[in-house]
Amino acid sequence: MDFLQLLELFLSGIWGTVRLFTVALVGSLLLGTLLAGMRVSPTPILRIAASTYINVVRNTPLTLVMFFCAFGLPFLDIRFGSTSSFNSFVYATIALTAYTACFVAETLKSGIATVPVGQAEAARAVGLTFSQTLGQVVLPQAFRTVIPPLGSVIIAMLKNTSIASAFNNRELISAMRNAIEVRGDLVIPLLFGTALAYLILALILGRVFDHLEKKLVILR
Amino acid sequence: MKKLRLSVAAVAIGMLALSGCGQGGTPDAPADGDGAKAEAPEYTVNDSADVADSPTWKAAKDTGKITIGVKKDQPGLGNVTAGSEQPEGFDIEIAKMVAAQLGFSPDQIDYTETVSANREPFLQQGNVDMIVATYTINDERRKVVDFAGPYYVAGQDLLVAADSDIAGPDDLAGKKVCSVDGSTPAQNIEDKYTDAELVTYDTYSKCVTDLQSGSADAVTTDDAILRGYAAQYEGEFKVVGEPFTEEPYGVGLPKGDEELREAVNDALEKGMDDGDWTQAFEYTLGSADDVDMPEVDRY
Repeated sequence: MDFLQLLELFLSGIWGTVRLFTVALVGSLLLGTLLAGMRVSPTPILRIAASTYINVVRNTPLTLVMFFCAFGLPFLDIRFGSTSSFNSFVYATIALTAYTACFVAETLKSGIATVPVGQAEAARAVGLTFSQTLGQVVLPQAFRTVIPPLGSVIIAMLKNTSIASAFNNRELISAMRNAIEVRGDLVIPLLFGTALAYLILALILGRVFDHLEKKLVILR
Repeated sequence: MKKLRLSVAAVAIGMLALSGCGQGGTPDAPADGDGAKAEAPEYTVNDSADVADSPTWKAAKDTGKITIGVKKDQPGLGNVTAGSEQPEGFDIEIAKMVAAQLGFSPDQIDYTETVSANREPFLQQGNVDMIVATYTINDERRKVVDFAGPYYVAGQDLLVAADSDIAGPDDLAGKKVCSVDGSTPAQNIEDKYTDAELVTYDTYSKCVTDLQSGSADAVTTDDAILRGYAAQYEGEFKVVGEPFTEEPYGVGLPKGDEELREAVNDALEKGMDDGDWTQAFEYTLGSADDVDMPEVDRY
C-alpha cells in the first residue's frame, strides 16, 4: 500500500466519521432540545421522564449504549435496511444521538436558567402558551448563551464517533486499523496521522463555534 | 459511605458481567475432535543456553525475566479465560518452548498483551523481547522487526454453523461474513469476494456471537483461530473449505538481533524435530495429523 492508497483510505475514513457525526449532530440537537424542554415543562410526568432518561443514558458508558443498540435492537428485530453496513450505521447514530442528547439537554438547561424570569413572565402576559414561550422567547436566548459549552459537547461527540469502529462502521479508526495491518513499518506515523485528522476536524468545528459565538452572543 | 461504595461496586460488577455476556461459555480445557485431551507438554529448560552476543537475551538473562508479547483474546492460540491470569494456547506453548531453549523456565516468562497496533512499537522500544502472537511475516513488517520461524503456516478459512451449506469462499455471495475490523482476512474478503457482505467488529468473539444468533453466516480469519473457536463451541460450528491464503506465523524479534534470531530458529527446529511442537499443537488445537510443519526460513 503506497502513500496515495493510504491517503485514499484515510479520506474514506474521514468521510465515514463526518457522516456519522453529521447525522448524530442533527439528531442530538433535536432530541436534546426536546429533553431540555421537557425538563422545564410544567407537567411533572414529562419532567420525571426526561430526568430519568438523562440520568440513565448519561451515566452509561457510550460503548455499552452502542453495544445495546448494535446487538439489542437486531435482537428485537428492529432493522433499518437490507445491508448490515447501513444497519450498523443507523445503530451507531442512534447510540451517539441518544448519548449526546443528554449532554445537549443539560447544557441547554443551564442556558435556560440564565434567561431572566421577566422574559417568560412577559411572554405569558402577552398570551403566549408554554411551548410558544419556550420556543420563541426562552430557547433562542438560551442557545445563544450556551454556544461555547455546546461546542465542547459537540467536539466530544466528534471524538466519540471513534467507538463506532468496533461495531461494523467504516470511519477514521477503522481506516487506521486497516492501514496498520498492511503497513507495520509505519505504525507510529499512522497513529499520528489519525490524531492529526481528528485534530483538524475538531479545530474546524471550534472555528465554527467561535464564529457563531461572535455573531450571536448576548451581552447581559 | 462504605455501604454506598459496596453497592456501587456491585453495580459495576453487574455491568461488567453484562458487557461480557457475548462471549459465551468458557471451555475447561481444549479438546480435539475425538474428545480425547492431549497431555500438557513439558519443555526441558536448557540451562547451558548462551546467546551472550544477543543484547536482548543478555538483558533478559540479567533480570531473570523474558518478556514475551502474546494475544489474550484468541482461543486455542493465545487466550486468557475468565478467572484465569495465565494465557494459554498454541502461541503460548511455542513461547514456552522457545523460552526453555533460551534458558528460561515457564515462570520466568512475563506475558505482555500485544494487539495489532502495538506489536512493532513494542519491539522497537524494547517493551517486549519477542512476540508470539499470530504474527504474520510480511515484507513491510520486516523493515522494522525481524522474524524467526515460521512456526506455523495458517491460512484464511471459514467458520460456519454445523448445519450450514457454505463449503468454501465461493459460496459467500450474498452472505454476511464477519471478521475483525482492519484485519488482513477482512481486507481479503473486501478485495476478492466482493459479492459477500462484510461485517467487522473489534473482536472475533462478537463475530461468534453474531454467528450463534444467525446475524452472520460465516466468520473468517486464519484457520488456527477458527479451530480454536470450533473447539470452544464443540458441535455448534465447523471449519470449512481449504485455507485460501497463506499466513506464515513468525516469532517477532527486535530488528538486527541476528544472534537471537538464530537461537530462536534453532529452538523452533529442535521443537519440531523432537515432537514438542506436535504435542503442543495437539494439546491446544486438536489433531495434528493433517497439519504440515513449516520449514524455518533463515533469511
